[in-house]
Amino acid sequence: MILANLRGRADLQLGSGGPRIDCRGLTLLPGFVDLHCHLREPGLEHKETIRTGTAAAAAGGFTTVCCMPNTEPAIDTLATLRLVQDTARSQGAVRVLPIAAVTRGRAGSELTDMAELAGAGAVAFSDDGSPVADSRLMRLALEYAASFGRPVIDHCEDPRLTAGGAMHEGAVSERLGLPGWPTAGEEVMVARDIALAAQTGAHVHLAHLSTAPAVELVRAAKRRGIRVTTEVTPHHLTLTDAWVERGGYDTNCKVNPPLRTDADRAALLEGLIDGTIDAIATDHAPHARVEKECEFESAAFGISNLETAFGSLMGLVHTGQLPFEVLVDKLTRGPAAVLGLSLPEDDWTLVDPDAEWMVDVDRFRSRGRNSPLHGQRLTGRVLLTVCRGVVAFDGLSEAVAA
Amino acid sequence: MAEIAVAAWPAVSSPGAGLESAPSTPRQHCLDLDDYSRAEIEQVLETAAAMQEILARPIKRTPALRGRTVVNCFYEPSTRTRVSFEIAAKNLSADVVTFSSGGSSVEKGESLIDTARTLVALGADVLVMRHHLAGAPYVVARSAGAHVVNAGDGSHAHPTQALLDLYTLRHRLGDLSGKTIGIVGDVLHSRVARSNVHGLTRLGAQVVLCGPATLLPHCSTLPGVTLEHHLDRLLPHLDAVMPLRIQKERASAGLIPSLREYRREYGMTLERLERLPAGAVVLHPGPMNEGVEIDPEVARSARSAIEEQVTNGVAVRMAVLYLLAGGAQ
Repeated sequence: MILANLRGRADLQLGSGGPRIDCRGLTLLPGFVDLHCHLREPGLEHKETIRTGTAAAAAGGFTTVCCMPNTEPAIDTLATLRLVQDTARSQGAVRVLPIAAVTRGRAGSELTDMAELAGAGAVAFSDDGSPVADSRLMRLALEYAASFGRPVIDHCEDPRLTAGGAMHEGAVSERLGLPGWPTAGEEVMVARDIALAAQTGAHVHLAHLSTAPAVELVRAAKRRGIRVTTEVTPHHLTLTDAWVERGGYDTNCKVNPPLRTDADRAALLEGLIDGTIDAIATDHAPHARVEKECEFESAAFGISNLETAFGSLMGLVHTGQLPFEVLVDKLTRGPAAVLGLSLPEDDWTLVDPDAEWMVDVDRFRSRGRNSPLHGQRLTGRVLLTVCRGVVAFDGLSEAVAA
Repeated sequence: MAEIAVAAWPAVSSPGAGLESAPSTPRQHCLDLDDYSRAEIEQVLETAAAMQEILARPIKRTPALRGRTVVNCFYEPSTRTRVSFEIAAKNLSADVVTFSSGGSSVEKGESLIDTARTLVALGADVLVMRHHLAGAPYVVARSAGAHVVNAGDGSHAHPTQALLDLYTLRHRLGDLSGKTIGIVGDVLHSRVARSNVHGLTRLGAQVVLCGPATLLPHCSTLPGVTLEHHLDRLLPHLDAVMPLRIQKERASAGLIPSLREYRREYGMTLERLERLPAGAVVLHPGPMNEGVEIDPEVARSARSAIEEQVTNGVAVRMAVLYLLAGGAQ
């Protein structure tokens, strides 16, 4: 799905009569699609707004982002959905596809008016941040949403097994004295969701897979023809629980699901390459400073991810762990296919796969400065993002200046 | 009288066995024992012995930290550790301020780092920090610009408790190389156990962690550390046993069926005391649940070093404070 490798002299013209850009050595890709990010608006604007979040998306090469409904209020009514859509239309740098809540207030007891929400543009349903813990309700949600062709996205976590869990349960959590979030906490819910998808024939999408056993369950389910799709985040592909210890209780490494072991990381990578995992999704989760500059257990979960996703994933390409074509596919066609969408033709991203740069959170477009990659050198940079034929991010002048 | 104390100082700071191999860059913080070498632990214990001499004098004061400010930040209720640190700092002639606070920084809306920076701006040279959440002193140490002493953080570490345990054990047992120490009970949630594992293994001791599987670590393996579920099997092989405080909530959370069953399997009773070899010692980090993990007769027996632990705590904390902040600035 690489549009062009611009080896010789190649000029790009932006619009008719727009500036011409010298693109030698660069690679032109379709605009990235993010199935999973948190734009925080309405209600949590101290963390992020639709304006800053979509600017960050554009800087990361994303031209379409699906925003999760764990806002305040949750996106569980037509009014809130419309508010997000209208704000995105007037202030968004890229396309915003809202995901609506499965249950009212994400409280896990009553279904939202899903047909109405889907009709108004909700591309999927999720109570992300929490699982739909009640198995019967999850079954009903899957069946109901399938009747108008929308997937239910589940955050796979058995809430009793993971209660209080601050990081992956393992040798590191035991050394650090932090309450663990066990592998089985994800596996149990993945197995349940696969069983429900098999029972109903409906499409379930499993968010941010993080463990080797979960990958194995999904692989077997796909072999049986069950309609399950999955995503994985850049951080679960590149970081491990050792980063928590290395950073001395670095709260920027606190995410849900937690960073796992290197064996889990390898299994996720294998699953991505063999097609078990359909998409890379950022789970961009911006937070305010005070929510991270605190004790590890009271810190918020999440990484501000949109602006470092491509660069950090390119590290896997440069070290021979991931073919470039697979990376591009999982950032573009893969996520679009999960939602049954095709890629817009007037969205594209120009990248320099070999450009080195240093992550500096103070230069983020996102309001969330919570990145464990601050100060890291990455190889692979987004230079220009065009959405609907309009420049959404211009990093060319910045790259020249640097 | 101050002259006497001053005269005592060269003995402490003159290059002894421990000091010769002390690291060239002076230590900034005491957060856990995992980054202490054997030589550095020996240095603390030797310094503590010198402090013990000062404490035996009619006026238990030395001007080592005169003009320095020690702030005790206690985010979790504590009596013995708080008072022990206060007395230790006062014996070193430091200015001492203690505050207690509950809750987390997020509940207060001020970041933990900002609170620490404020204390440093107010003149704190040393922050002694007790917190109910693991890692809190690390967050502060990274950015505050003062020496940080961890006085216990959540389930993670309690280095000065471990140092005073080492000091007490060495006093009772001599060299700890090849000795076997049993730590019994809720190891999974115990900062005392974690720091003791680091300290004891550095000094060459074997550590056996004993308790039900729900209260022991599952994943971490450390050289010199083994696991055991049956206390009665273990006792005849021990040179010292350290029953840990069992939080009553562990039973209501389902980690153990009942305190009665816990006492039956793991309580240090007089009958179990008899199973220890002659000369073996009983320690307890306190506070005790008498009649649960330890019986009062055991705590008060001749084999118990529990009161010595408390007394030694002051000397050990004086040593830690002195070695961090007592040098020229």
